[in-house]
Amino acid sequence: MSTGGNKLLLDLYRTMRRIRSFEERVNELFVRGQSAGSMLHMSIGEEAIAGVCRAMEQGDSFTTHHRGHGIFIARGADPNRMMSEIAGKADGYCSGKGGSMHIADMALGALGANAIVGGGIPHVVGAGMSYRNRKLPHVSVAFFGDGAAQQGILYEAMNMAALWKLPVVFCCINNQYGMGTRIDRAAANTNLHERAIACGLNGLEADGGDVEAVHEAAERIITAARNGMPGFLTLTCYRHFGHARLDKSPYRDEAEEREGRKRDAVANARHTLLARGTAGEQDLEIMDKTIEAEMNTAVDHAVAALPPPVDTMFRDVFAEGEPRPRPLRQHLSMILGEAR
Amino acid sequence: MPAIESTYRDALRQALIDAMNEDPSIFVMGEEVGRYGGAYGVTKGLLEMFGEHRVVDTPIAEAGIVGAAIGAAMTGSRPVAELMYVDFAGLTMDQVANQAAKSRYMFGGQIGVPMVLRMQGGTGRSAAAQHSQSLEAWFTHVPGLRVAMPATVNDAYHLLRMALTCPDPVIFIEHKGLYVRKGELDVSAPDGPWGKSLVRREGSDVTIVTYSKMVFESLAAAETLAEQSVSAEVIDIRCLNPLDDETFIRSVMKTGRAMVVTEAVMTSGFAAELSARISERCFEYLEEPVVRVAGEDIPIPVSPALERGAVPSAQLIAETGLWLVKRIAPSWAA
Repeated sequence: MSTGGNKLLLDLYRTMRRIRSFEERVNELFVRGQSAGSMLHMSIGEEAIAGVCRAMEQGDSFTTHHRGHGIFIARGADPNRMMSEIAGKADGYCSGKGGSMHIADMALGALGANAIVGGGIPHVVGAGMSYRNRKLPHVSVAFFGDGAAQQGILYEAMNMAALWKLPVVFCCINNQYGMGTRIDRAAANTNLHERAIACGLNGLEADGGDVEAVHEAAERIITAARNGMPGFLTLTCYRHFGHARLDKSPYRDEAEEREGRKRDAVANARHTLLARGTAGEQDLEIMDKTIEAEMNTAVDHAVAALPPPVDTMFRDVFAEGEPRPRPLRQHLSMILGEAR
Repeated sequence: MPAIESTYRDALRQALIDAMNEDPSIFVMGEEVGRYGGAYGVTKGLLEMFGEHRVVDTPIAEAGIVGAAIGAAMTGSRPVAELMYVDFAGLTMDQVANQAAKSRYMFGGQIGVPMVLRMQGGTGRSAAAQHSQSLEAWFTHVPGLRVAMPATVNDAYHLLRMALTCPDPVIFIEHKGLYVRKGELDVSAPDGPWGKSLVRREGSDVTIVTYSKMVFESLAAAETLAEQSVSAEVIDIRCLNPLDDETFIRSVMKTGRAMVVTEAVMTSGFAAELSARISERCFEYLEEPVVRVAGEDIPIPVSPALERGAVPSAQLIAETGLWLVKRIAPSWAA
C-alpha cells in the first residue's frame, strides 16, 4: 500500500474515474456532431497518470501532448471549459483556437499541449532553468508517449537536464502504440527508462495498471528532481482504443486488445478499494454517478456555448497592444477600394 | 549621451550587457557563447560579468537550445538563444515555427514566448553553402514571429534592445559581413522606432527597398548613380515583421520606380513579398516594372570568385538602376 493509504487510493480512483468519464463524453460529443473535427485522442487506459499528477505540487509546471485530456483533468482543469474547447467554442480554454490537442490551462502550470510528437519536451528544460535562476522550488514535468521516445529532441532535452542538474522530470506514457505502430516495431530496446539512465538521469518504470505503484514511483522521481536529480518515469499501459476517434485499430487483433485492456488502473483501483473495505459498492456507484452527471453537464455546456466571433481570429497572434496581422479584406481594400 | 564609434559586434555586445544589467530575467544561451565568447565574439566577456547561469554554454543541440529557451520564456525568463548560423535553423524549425511562433495563439493568448533568437547569415567569408545563406523568408512565412535584420551599428544596438522588450519571439538575424564594420553608436538615440522603415538616403528617380548588409551596397550604388544624375532613394526595412510598408509605398508613389534588393536568393524570397506589395499598391504610379535584384538561385559557392557573383553588388545595383531609370543598358544586357 502506498504511503497515502486508502484515502489516497480513493482520491486517485475519483480522478481516474473522472478522466475516463470525460473521455467517454468526448466520444459522445463527436457522435453528436458537436466536436471541432475528429482529431480526438482518448487517454482511456492511461488513467494511472493521476498518480503522477498527484505527486506534483502547486507551482510545478508541465507540458503535455495530443493525448493529454486526462493530465489536465488530473491537474484540476474545469471539464466545462475543456469540453467547450474541444467543441471549438468561445469560452473554451483557448477561446476556440486550440481544440482537443492544445487544451491548456496556464493557471494550473500548464505550458501547453503539443500536437507535434515530442515538441513540448524541451520546454521543461527551460522551465527548469528559470526555476534554478529564480531560486524557485518548482519541478517541470514533460508528459509524452512512447512514440515521442523515438524523437531526437528527447535526447537533447534529457542530456541538458542531466548536465545542468535541473528540476525536471520526463514522464513517458508507454501505451504501446505510436499511432498504428507497436513499440516493438519502433524500438529495439523497449525498456525506455534505460535510455534515460544512460543519459545520467534517474530512471524508473511503473505499472500503469496500478495507480498506487505509479504514484509511489512518481513521488520518488519528482522528489529527487526537486533536489537537483532529474528523472524519467515510464508508465507502462495499454491504449484501449484507436489512435484517434476514427481509428478502428485494424493493425492489432482482438486477442491482443482483450489482453491489453486487462491493464486497467480504474477497474483495478475499484477492485482494491472494495477488497480493502475502503469503500462499498454503493459508495462507488454514487461516486460514479456524480462524476457521470458532472461530465454530462460539460457536454451540455459545450453544446450550448457560443462559437467565437470571426474577427477574434486576428487576436493572440501577437501580444495585446502589438501590431496585428493585416486582414485580407483590408489589404484588398487598400489596392482596389475607394480609400486607396 | 554622445555618439561614439563602435563596431556592429561591439554594439550588439553592449546591447546584451546593458539589457542584462537592467533586466535580471535575461540570460544568454547557445553553443560557445560563454568561454569561447561567441563564434563571432559578440558575447565575449559576458560569462565573467554575469556567471554561468546567465551565460549558458550548451551542447551542440540546436532544437534543444531553442526548445529550452521557449520553456524559459514561458516561465518568467527572457532568454536570448544564439544559433551560430542561420543555416542551422533547419535543425530547430519545429521549435521555432510550431512551438515559439504558435504558443500564444494555440492557447488563446494564455501564454507568451518572449525570447530572442540571435543568428547570423549572409556571404562574404567563403563559408560555403551551409554557412552563408540568407533564410529570413523561412521565418517571415510563419505568423507569430517577429523578424529584425539590423544594418547599421546603431540599429544593431537599439533593435536588439527593443527585441529584448518584445512580448513575442523575435528572430534577430545579424550579418557576418557586418560584425567588424564601424559606425556611430548613440545608446540614447535610436535611428527610429521598432517596426518602422527608414529612408537612409533621399532621392527622386527610383526607390531601392532593402535591409541588412544590402543597405550599404545600395547606398554605394546610389552614390554611383548620383554621378550619373540618377537620384536614388534608399529605404532600410530594418524589421521584416512587423513590416512598415507605408514608408516604401509613399516613396515609390513619389519616384515611380522601384528596385528591391536582397542577398537572399530570388525565388520565393522576401524580395517577392516587397515587390508584390509595391506592385499592388503603386500600380498607377509605376513607370516601370518593379525589379528584384536578389541572390542567384544557387547554393553559395566557396571560391571568393564565385561567392561574390552569387549575391548583388553595389555595381550590379547601380547598373540596374541606370537601366531602369535612364534605359542605359549594362554591358551584360541580353
